Amino acid sequence: MSEGVVVVGASMGGLRLAESLRRFGYTGPVRIFGNEGHPPYNRPPLSKDLLSAAEIDFAEVAFPQRSATADVEWNLSAAAVAADLSNQNITISGGEQVSFEHLVIATGLRSKRLGFESFPSDRHALRSFEDAKALRSKLGVGRKIVIVGSGFIACEVAATATKLGCEVHIVSPSKSPMDRALGEKLSAVVKLRLEAQGITFHMQATVIELIGSNRLEAVALSDGSTVRCDTLVEAIGSEANCEWLAGNDLDITDGLLCDGSLRAVRASGGSWPNVFGVGDVARFPNPIFDATPRRIEHWNIPTESAKFVGQQIAASYNSIEATVEVFRPLPSFWSDQFDMHIFGLGMSYLADESKLVHGDISGDCVFEFTREGVLVGVVGIGHRSVVQNYRSALER
Amino acid sequence: MIKINVDMNKCQHYGQCVFEAPKIFKLNEDDKLEYVATADDSELGNIEAAIDVCPMQAIFIVD
Repeated sequence: MSEGVVVVGASMGGLRLAESLRRFGYTGPVRIFGNEGHPPYNRPPLSKDLLSAAEIDFAEVAFPQRSATADVEWNLSAAAVAADLSNQNITISGGEQVSFEHLVIATGLRSKRLGFESFPSDRHALRSFEDAKALRSKLGVGRKIVIVGSGFIACEVAATATKLGCEVHIVSPSKSPMDRALGEKLSAVVKLRLEAQGITFHMQATVIELIGSNRLEAVALSDGSTVRCDTLVEAIGSEANCEWLAGNDLDITDGLLCDGSLRAVRASGGSWPNVFGVGDVARFPNPIFDATPRRIEHWNIPTESAKFVGQQIAASYNSIEATVEVFRPLPSFWSDQFDMHIFGLGMSYLADESKLVHGDISGDCVFEFTREGVLVGVVGIGHRSVVQNYRSALER
Repeated sequence: MIKINVDMNKCQHYGQCVFEAPKIFKLNEDDKLEYVATADDSELGNIEAAIDVCPMQAIFIVD
């Protein structure tokens, strides 16, 4: 057999998977297929530095590629459209069939969109490099931006747009920004800090109508108000790209359900021994916290899961046992908005209680998050060393 | 020997690298990143891991 490892998804997860295969001694063929036309790149700057750059340059975000993976075959602008796991092949847009011994599913997420159809050129989402380029052209002094959603991406875009001179309004059904990750108390003060920078919040509200003749001129909100704007940014979360896997005895209701070793779970019982999920698309149990499978949309997960899966696959070819049998990553996240450097470890959103443990809540500070008295997360504004020092306590 | 460079314009001092390559990187008392610019070849794996986990992709091996 010479089909080797096939990876669907040519972003960070696919790249790190290829590196891990080589690092752990797999020397066979690696073929990577991705729907985007770009080689792997780093997405976090898309809402921050890259989005405020005068000239948007792909080289700024491209991942450097190492000599160890020089013989990996990259197939870009080549989306997988179907899979037949029993017969060990996938189908690429255009109809080509590709056989595999091991399949790694790293197809990631796409932006959720609001249901509007009018003014498509004035409505933006932010997930890809091309998205960032399109949005960048709308930002500048005097531009009026409405951002729907109040998660990390929404707030980062709001901060960047404000710094570029835009008038920025955030519209969100939540009570306060980033409250899922920051908890009620911390998000309430973060909201005040963002307001002090000039961002206007319309919380517990939704956009119900777009208003304008040729171009977008305003949005009507569910609270009865109207906000003038020329650009609408839809930052309402993501959904997993796994429809192409339908018909394969899998659970793809919210990402690809995987077991504790990241192998795809068969709906009829057991797991596919040679099919793995990597990155945001994988829904897996994490024994650091509990047995509930979850997708984790944090930047460190593609890298950590790719390293783990690469080692599993390489070990199977070399007839050795992988050193780690169960994937148990510690999620970490960060966000930079104005003078706030937010940094978190663990899963604060599982908590039933939070308490201030360091600093002053009106400024830089650290919160501990517990569930039934057990530490599940820590989030700080500033004080990065204090947050980092929780790592071993959280990893348990 | 491996030569290391951190782009301090990009670095946001998150310290993720510290856990992958503690002999190379540390956060000082002011929460700022400090690093040694040269390392033994045996550190290559740790340094590559540190490069991978840097959210800002600010760490480079200089050829």
